[in-house]
Amino acid sequence: MSAGVARHCDTALGWGPSRVGMVGRAAMCVAALLVFCGPLITVFSGAFDHSPDPTKLSLLPNNPSTINFEVAGERGIWGYLVNSLVIAGGGLLLQVSVSVFAAYALARKKFRAQALVMLAVLTTMMLPEEVIAIPLSLTIGQLGLKGTLLGVILPLGAWGFSIFVMTEFMKEIPAELEEAAKVDGAGELRIFAQIVVPLCRPALGVVAVFGFTMIWDQYLLPLIVATEPADYTLTVALASLRSDDQVGPGVVLAGALLALVPSLLVYLSLQKSFLRGITSGAVKG
Amino acid sequence: MTTLATKDVDPTASGGGAVGLHPVRRRHRRRLTGPLAPWLFLAPALLIFLLFKYIPMAEGIRLSLFNVRPFLGDLWVGLDNYVTVLTDERFQSALGRTLVLAFGQTAGAMVLGFALALLLEGSARSLWFVRSAVFLPVVAATAVVGEIWRLLYFPADEGFLNSVLSWFGIGAQPFLDSPDTALWSVMGVGVWKGAPYDMVIILAGLAGIDRQLYESSAIDGATTLQRLRHVTLPALRPVITILLTLAAIRGLRVFTEVYVLTGGGPAGSTDVWMTRVFSLGFERNELGVASAGSVVLFLVTLLLTLLVQYYRRRKEAM
Repeated sequence: MSAGVARHCDTALGWGPSRVGMVGRAAMCVAALLVFCGPLITVFSGAFDHSPDPTKLSLLPNNPSTINFEVAGERGIWGYLVNSLVIAGGGLLLQVSVSVFAAYALARKKFRAQALVMLAVLTTMMLPEEVIAIPLSLTIGQLGLKGTLLGVILPLGAWGFSIFVMTEFMKEIPAELEEAAKVDGAGELRIFAQIVVPLCRPALGVVAVFGFTMIWDQYLLPLIVATEPADYTLTVALASLRSDDQVGPGVVLAGALLALVPSLLVYLSLQKSFLRGITSGAVKG
Repeated sequence: MTTLATKDVDPTASGGGAVGLHPVRRRHRRRLTGPLAPWLFLAPALLIFLLFKYIPMAEGIRLSLFNVRPFLGDLWVGLDNYVTVLTDERFQSALGRTLVLAFGQTAGAMVLGFALALLLEGSARSLWFVRSAVFLPVVAATAVVGEIWRLLYFPADEGFLNSVLSWFGIGAQPFLDSPDTALWSVMGVGVWKGAPYDMVIILAGLAGIDRQLYESSAIDGATTLQRLRHVTLPALRPVITILLTLAAIRGLRVFTEVYVLTGGGPAGSTDVWMTRVFSLGFERNELGVASAGSVVLFLVTLLLTLLVQYYRRRKEAM
């Protein structure tokens, strides 16, 4: 046995090729898949199931139909989806540009009060919407942004986390590149747009995928900005679909599916960026 | 536009500290750059933070010192709102539940995430596939997860989770419907959503462990369990400690999960700090007391975060 163990040192548990071990491991993988993906699969099947009955949720639709989406459409689900998409698109564009600009100053420039600005940026991470919900709602009202999509987009336009990630990444770009460009007579904006930003592509992926997930996850902010149900995003509208006596859980699941698909698509297409962001964030804190 | 060069182009200058006054800068003159340039790049971020973070924070602190009466004018009450929050029975029990939920979710997600990481460690393509699939709950929006679990937790005998439980001979549970089980059910959702995230970080930690340590422990005749205890866990400890503390601190602000799953009910059995603040502020319009509750939460998370940073610095310095 000891010789066998010595050979399997590539994993912490020393998984080996023995048949019993393989079968056991495969069974546990299937169990993990069922536990973590099963609930998401029930959303797919429930959304397409004609008989919306929470006691009969299953992994496959019993009676396939698109009736739930039609009913959800009558309840304005497509409007909520458009709200969500506009907020995600506009918010992400703003958030990423703002982060890149701010990071350029913080990483490539030296100026007075630099440490103070970084501290101010990091402090905002301790002021999420939850903590400032009440006064934020008043501020948004005073700015005349209540009931507008801009009222959700603007507060999400700057995010301490993505400024921090971009700054850390930009610091690694060698100064020689900039200097060479300067010798060639390139101006500030040109250096920024044609040298620094293109070199930041890996960090842009991380910031984009985290930013999207963060914006799509918003619940409290769109809730306090909204003045009428037509202002809701998908995430907020799910609760009002649920409390609607006229529709069953199948319609809620249809809404949940629409809210789920974009995040799954973004994750699956930018998976590498996502995982890199998590692991580097863990190392740096 | 002035032509004063800033220091970043000067490799001979020492980094950090008070900049602009160094005589060295005169040697490197540059076009289109001035002491204002960094501030122009920072302006959008700072403006947004000022409007939507700092002004609301200041306003929140101000409100917390007043009895806020719309149309009648605010009355200065000093620290009365804080006294109300700290002595209110419902806030106190909400605090207890918040702590239970934050620590339970954090610890549960860590244990399950660790188990997942051990199970799914390896370079095989099939394992990569399982890892990607298991990670999906992390990217799903919290409100969506809440709605899904409300249905899975359907309390009747034929509910999805109850039918699964019946295969194992476990009787039907009321889940979110009973004050006895609701908090644990909320916690279960948090663990489900949090575990795959921890798994990814632990996997990164596992990948960093020197394989020679495994080999030498195997040669010494250590069992897998011994190896796990004496080689793997000590190597992961720094990552795990930081993760646990930060997640627990973040857990104190828990709101969306609870609000979507139970709204604080049934019978207040899942009412946490933030749902308390929310219902006071937005449903009962007691803005002063609710603001005091928010400020207390902010101060506690700030203090804990600073403590963690302090201990980290000290550890690194040692």
